[in-house]
Amino acid sequence: MAIISTVSLARTFRTKSGTVQAVRGIDLTVREGEIVGLLGPNGAGKTTTLRMLTTLLAPTGGAATVAGHDLVKDPASVRRACGYVAQSGGVDPQLTVREELVTQGRMYRLGRARAAERARELAHELDLTDLLDRPCAALSGGRRRRLDIAMALLHEPRLLFLDEPTTGLDPAGRTALWDLVRRLRDDHGTTVVLTTHYLDEADALCDRLVVVDGGTVVAEGTPAALKLRYAGSADASLQDAFLALTGRSAAPADPAPVAV
Amino acid sequence: MLLHDTALIYGRCLRQSLRSRFALLFGLLMPMLYLLFFGPLLTGLPLGGRGSSWQVLVPGLLLQLGLFGASFAGFAIIIEKGHGVVDRMRVTPVSRLALLLGRVLRDATVFVFQAVLLVLAAVAMGLRAPLAGVLIGFVFVALLTVSLAALSYALAMRMDTPQGFGPAINALTMPSMLLSGLMLPMTLGPAWLDALSHLMPLRYLVDAVRDAYVGAYATGHMLLGSLVATGFALLAVTVGTRVFRTAGA
Repeated sequence: MAIISTVSLARTFRTKSGTVQAVRGIDLTVREGEIVGLLGPNGAGKTTTLRMLTTLLAPTGGAATVAGHDLVKDPASVRRACGYVAQSGGVDPQLTVREELVTQGRMYRLGRARAAERARELAHELDLTDLLDRPCAALSGGRRRRLDIAMALLHEPRLLFLDEPTTGLDPAGRTALWDLVRRLRDDHGTTVVLTTHYLDEADALCDRLVVVDGGTVVAEGTPAALKLRYAGSADASLQDAFLALTGRSAAPADPAPVAV
Repeated sequence: MLLHDTALIYGRCLRQSLRSRFALLFGLLMPMLYLLFFGPLLTGLPLGGRGSSWQVLVPGLLLQLGLFGASFAGFAIIIEKGHGVVDRMRVTPVSRLALLLGRVLRDATVFVFQAVLLVLAAVAMGLRAPLAGVLIGFVFVALLTVSLAALSYALAMRMDTPQGFGPAINALTMPSMLLSGLMLPMTLGPAWLDALSHLMPLRYLVDAVRDAYVGAYATGHMLLGSLVATGFALLAVTVGTRVFRTAGA
């Protein structure tokens, strides 16, 4: 059952220096319970695509159905079914973690008591209980990212969108986040769509990859299939496959050490 | 649903404002300075209206408070945009109108509070005005604040950096204040200036509040002022809501 299905989804921006076709026509299908990665270099249109699918941005072309609702005709229902974690999160640094979680729950139309209960549940599940009464500014790195994810899960969405979820995290934080994403899918059946330009993340975490470049889909498949098709063998690195597909590497080599 | 959403956003914004003494009092400085240091200069002058010079000046100062305070409301949203809070809220099912209304109602609350403080100070300086008139003045402050804050948020949502925002607002507020006759009635000036001032919506508001402050409630000024204030507020809220709906474009 397809939880996301887009046909020629497109977005053109009008800027002072002319029109920019950020997304040129994306056909995307995501089945329920999948972890799908949108992989591509910076500027490929991944974030714009995500912003369209979460109703933040209206498409200028094409159509999409998200969680059974038409994206353009019924955005409110799409919002009810999805959670979104932006690249740099979205909490007010002055407010406490608890206050942000509870207000967010109520914005998702949970009752006051239920919102408080969900806040406690998520804090427990994401190891934030000690931090509930600290201001959000007191959290850094991995904890901040876990809070951002908690903010998106209060209403138990079927679909979770993550925009570059591990950018800026240290290696331990990255693996912890990958485990969290897998747990969400395994325990709650949540479908996860994430964008990334990290090939190790795409390889380790995603069931299926959609490679985006220049605003369109250039390839899709499981990591193994992509390696086989574009780099010659299933044991090749995703880096080689990516190079073959786009003619350049995904991102500069991550300067962080592989192991701490 | 709209009521629930608006109350939620209003509560959140009000809690944020209550934490900061600066946020609660920031609009008061300019009108207070005029009240204390400019007001006494007017007490002997023939200003043309009924009542004392305070009954002519204080209505203008109330609207000046709304003008300079609420026009800068957009700064708060630029900061929230930077933290990702605005987009995070727009992803939830919260009504777009509530996202705006909750904020402008918070601004109206804060500025009516400041208006009360201003009037108390004015009473200490010598203002005597009917209570009903004073309350009507507060209603106009609230309506003006809602209008200007909504437009300020609309402008701020479309700006990516705070740098351009301040100068843009500054360029609009000072001429508005002068051309509307907030400090002194425009009727004192030459006919061309008076005529020009009729293009400013604020002119109608200040005339209405000046009438209220002398107890004249059923005048043409009051009717015009009420229509302009309400119409302006409705227009501004419509514009502001649309920006919350389509932001990111």
